[in-house]
Amino acid sequence: MILKAFKYIAAGFVFGIILTKSEAVSWYRIFEMFQFQSFHMYGIISVAIATGLIGIQLIKRKKVKDIKGNPIVVPDKEKGNARYWIGGTIFGLGWALAGACPGPIFILIGAGYWSLLFVLAGALIGTFLYGVIQRFLPH
Amino acid sequence: MHVLYQTWPWYISGFGIGMILLILIWFGKTFGMSSNLRSLCSIAGAGKFVPFFNFDWRAQRWNLAVVLGTMLGGFVAVHFMSDPTNVDINPKTIELLGQYGIDAPNGKLLPDALFSADALQSPKTVFILVIGGVLIGFGSRYAGGCTSGHAITGLSNLQLPSLKAVIGFFVGGLIMTHLILPLIFNK
Repeated sequence: MILKAFKYIAAGFVFGIILTKSEAVSWYRIFEMFQFQSFHMYGIISVAIATGLIGIQLIKRKKVKDIKGNPIVVPDKEKGNARYWIGGTIFGLGWALAGACPGPIFILIGAGYWSLLFVLAGALIGTFLYGVIQRFLPH
Repeated sequence: MHVLYQTWPWYISGFGIGMILLILIWFGKTFGMSSNLRSLCSIAGAGKFVPFFNFDWRAQRWNLAVVLGTMLGGFVAVHFMSDPTNVDINPKTIELLGQYGIDAPNGKLLPDALFSADALQSPKTVFILVIGGVLIGFGSRYAGGCTSGHAITGLSNLQLPSLKAVIGFFVGGLIMTHLILPLIFNK
């Protein structure tokens, strides 16, 4: 159990350090990005996507197996319009207001920035709210 | 050694994030942080009231382990790997923040004006943080993912839905930054 969890904790640990040291967890960096006053965040996102893109293509072409020897399938996202345009825009409003997306919320709380507990509480309320009104929303 | 304490360059950070995505794929999982919010709602018992939360969150325990790791990583990076040169943002951005009454970074990750214990004395600040969270939680679940699930994983896998979501992220972010934040911080 602990041993199985360890590789995920380790992956998260490295991710937490990278996001902190790249300052992608910083409210300032998000504000600066949306002001188009720095390339930093755009560089991070672009290189992350390029790395993932090349890696996923290699995995698909070489038919790489996962750690348990099963074929790797990267699931396709469901087709849709409203949920992506509207949901995405709502998310963006929150991202720029709180200056954190879900990963950084957890990272900052771990680092001891307790005020992020309010953002986490809000995020749980928002998630719950979506569950409640999901069937009334266009997807 | 001290180069590790400075702001990590975008090309190293971006490459690292891409590798984390690939490692999780190799572990047979999909990279996505916001789904943990749904798991936490289920653990808190939301499944009794709302069917959306009545799912097998135990199958998502691996992702909660990732979250635990990110928290430890954040702790180590902030407490043992920081130095005063951090968060060296554009002077023009600092000047603009000054007009809004928001303190300059000077090595800090977060502005005191929004995140310090003093700032939390004001109901307005608490409201901003909670509403920010609500928008993040609601929006990411509605869109089926956040920055990690759509912007990084989805775009890497050439998913059109993720492109729509990411355009939405930026539309929302630009509206907030350019139209709403000036109203909120207008003194």
